[in-house]
Amino acid sequence: MTDTLIEGLYREGEPIADTKAPPGDISQKWTTRQFEAALVNPANRRKLSVIIVGTGLAGAAAGATLGEAGYQVKSFCYQDSPRRAHSIAAQGGINAAKNYKGDGDSIHRLFYDTVKGGDYRSRETNVYRLAEVSADIIDQCVAQGVPFAREYGGLLDNRSFGGVQVSRTFYARGQTGQQLLIGAYQALERQIAAGTVQMFARHEMLELIVVDGKARGIIARDLVTGEIETHLADVVVLASGGYGNVFFLSTNAMGSNVTATWRAHRKGAYFGNPCYTQIHPTCIPQSGEQQSKLTLMSESLRNDGRIWVPKRAEDCEKDPREIPEEDRDYYLERIYPGFGNLVPRDIASRQAKNMCDEGRGVGPEVDGSRRGVYLDFADAIGRLGEDAVRAKYGNLFDMYERITGENPYQVPMRIYPAVHYTMGGLWVDYDLQSTIPGLFVTGEANFSDHGANRLGASALMQGLADGYFVLPNTIRDYLAAGPFERIDEDHPAVAEARESVQGRIQHLLGTNGTRSVDSYHKELGKIMWEKCGMERTDAGLREAIEQIRALRADFWANVRVLGTPEGLNQALERAGRVADFLELGELMCIDALHRRESCGGHFRAESQTEDGEALRHDDEFAYVAAWEWGGDGGAPVLHKEDLVYEFIELKQRSYK
Amino acid sequence: MRLALKIWRQDGPSDTGRMARYDIDGVSEDSSFLEMLDLLNEQLTERGEEPVAFDSDCREGICGTCGVVINGEAHGPERTTTCQLHMRSFKDGDEIVIEPWRADPFPVIKDLVVDRSAFDRIIQAGGFISANTGSAPDAHATPVPKEHADRAFMAAECIGCGACVAACPNASGMLFMGAKITHLGELPQGQPEREARVVSMTAQHDHEGFGGCTNLGECTRACPKGIPLNVISQMNADFRHAGYGRR
Repeated sequence: MTDTLIEGLYREGEPIADTKAPPGDISQKWTTRQFEAALVNPANRRKLSVIIVGTGLAGAAAGATLGEAGYQVKSFCYQDSPRRAHSIAAQGGINAAKNYKGDGDSIHRLFYDTVKGGDYRSRETNVYRLAEVSADIIDQCVAQGVPFAREYGGLLDNRSFGGVQVSRTFYARGQTGQQLLIGAYQALERQIAAGTVQMFARHEMLELIVVDGKARGIIARDLVTGEIETHLADVVVLASGGYGNVFFLSTNAMGSNVTATWRAHRKGAYFGNPCYTQIHPTCIPQSGEQQSKLTLMSESLRNDGRIWVPKRAEDCEKDPREIPEEDRDYYLERIYPGFGNLVPRDIASRQAKNMCDEGRGVGPEVDGSRRGVYLDFADAIGRLGEDAVRAKYGNLFDMYERITGENPYQVPMRIYPAVHYTMGGLWVDYDLQSTIPGLFVTGEANFSDHGANRLGASALMQGLADGYFVLPNTIRDYLAAGPFERIDEDHPAVAEARESVQGRIQHLLGTNGTRSVDSYHKELGKIMWEKCGMERTDAGLREAIEQIRALRADFWANVRVLGTPEGLNQALERAGRVADFLELGELMCIDALHRRESCGGHFRAESQTEDGEALRHDDEFAYVAAWEWGGDGGAPVLHKEDLVYEFIELKQRSYK
Repeated sequence: MRLALKIWRQDGPSDTGRMARYDIDGVSEDSSFLEMLDLLNEQLTERGEEPVAFDSDCREGICGTCGVVINGEAHGPERTTTCQLHMRSFKDGDEIVIEPWRADPFPVIKDLVVDRSAFDRIIQAGGFISANTGSAPDAHATPVPKEHADRAFMAAECIGCGACVAACPNASGMLFMGAKITHLGELPQGQPEREARVVSMTAQHDHEGFGGCTNLGECTRACPKGIPLNVISQMNADFRHAGYGRR
């Protein structure tokens, strides 16, 4: 580690690398790794215990699979039932290299599209494996009874998603996430009934227990009784999702938070690429100040909807139906004729912002500007008929009408980008193990598969790939060395973790200041969106860091949390989460500041081509930024993992 | 908008509870019902009163977490989830009565928050297809006629919010249970366990204290996903076949 502070903000440490992916041809790596990973005899599995935090696609799938295998599993979620995890809200679909359409799809093409779509900032080996197991996911889900869309012959239907030229996305109307999650949830409930999985709903992990350098358990709060509980195990898996709620307004569920991964980060797990935030292009625009969240409209709408704004700013207030064809600017079709409305998310988002910044946005003014573009189905309705459009997207249209009060069959929808998914997360190796031995991280909570930008229909694929197929095969290599030495609840490391949790809770309840938790969260969110959102500048990020530090200090001195530590206390739950967002937000800004290139969902204003496209710098930044916690008040330490592209050539992305 | 709210306050499971009145002003018509409650909670916090506890998560109508009885109706006056009910459905000056789901199998935890874990136990009793990971045949090996797939999907849309129970005078959970039985029973994959499923799920349903169905249809009227009453007929038919053997 260098002793010198870089830019007064961080230090640089030793480089790191993944050591688990075996050498050899990329198509053989996963087979080799599975063969080389040690086995655990079925009779020994019941002596081994696993904690899984989170019950979304990755967590529920892992819980079900490890339970079936015979391990003792304890599963935790903050919701009242594992069925409610936010994976349920994903709409569009799940990719798989099945080539059922015979349109030239293959594992290699899905791999290539994902690496390219991630702007060459994901790890080749992990992505190849993701593409490899994708086909098994569909088989598994169909066997569970997931009601995917079918054709009249009884075979599965597919559709196409942004950034891709083949039709490889399996879907269940606009509720694919719900159906896949319910499948995984039912598999999990089956194991609960069988006694292999013990479920702790309405529980929140508040601390990681590390003994002799290994993850050995968690401290959780029973959100109903308020009791602080200790849970010990041989291994801990975090499947706790992403942290987009750091922006306050996002498409995430209200309770989605960073606490599980942030607490682990503070205990030594490196945080990879924290600034990589995906901005989703097709959300319902914000309507006013009282809004608590944003709602996504599935990207699949871009298959049939055409995106446009008026050519002239003075037409923006007109009824869109009265603007003739020649006065409309179908800007994506104009700028990117090869991909048109199906360009990847980062490009679609940035161009929408550009149109609004030029003054050609539509819809109501919020904070003095119109932030919306049209997503128009008139052509599709003319071509296919309203019934066919309704069959494909009915529930999305209904949802839009409910929220906006406008009928999208008659008037074009309005959409605008919003914070959706975070590609950053805890750093993991090929085995999905973090830098803390015995701590595994899956799904959105890890960083590895999506690079700087996630392609549509890939999140569901990663969650289920990790949960059903990858983790169960890699974790056994670690567990084969167990059972590990027993630890007692009065072990000093356990006692320290408990005390730190209790201390935080007492501090939050005892401050009795003047400002509500939500008011801090909203202020943090504004800073993050303005300065670490779709477009970032050196000066803006420096300001943001100062503002966040001041806000954090004020939070700890001035926050008002009412009620008691016993029983249900939702303000206390939120306070703990916002406290962690206030630390994470600073790290996101430091990460964004040091990466002086435009990349995926990270557009750096100082790094663009002459015609305003994002400009990447592979010579300087083709690495993962893995951040080590620097201690309270200390500077974080940057460890770089060079991204080695052996099987794909690094190219500037172009969709023109 | 200015509103008078009457809200059920209950400190915990053992508290007897009471109705409390709050006046609120400055509510936007574009707000959702839950955003209106957020606003109330901000004002309560400012005054040093403990905010009202209520459940919500996705706030886009799909996770099934939210749900309160509004003016006597589960999820309020429209057929949607509470999070997707907007204040434009109310008038300036309205009085709104807000209560938790009312049903014995859903005990109150605090204020408007209830415990719906009985639903999970019904699923544990058989609401799944036993398919271990990694043993599945190719997805195209078993074609499913589109009309079966569509009906399965329609039933699978249930979000498990519990409005059906809250709306039913008998606190019956049969719409929820029938939806799952219909979803899995429409698919070839669901056939091997079809009879065992309906028997064990029904036993669990009754054990939890949910009532029987008397065909009033209040459940389906309150269901935000429009699950039709015929899933209960399907469940009853499956139950009869399970008793007498399918012919």
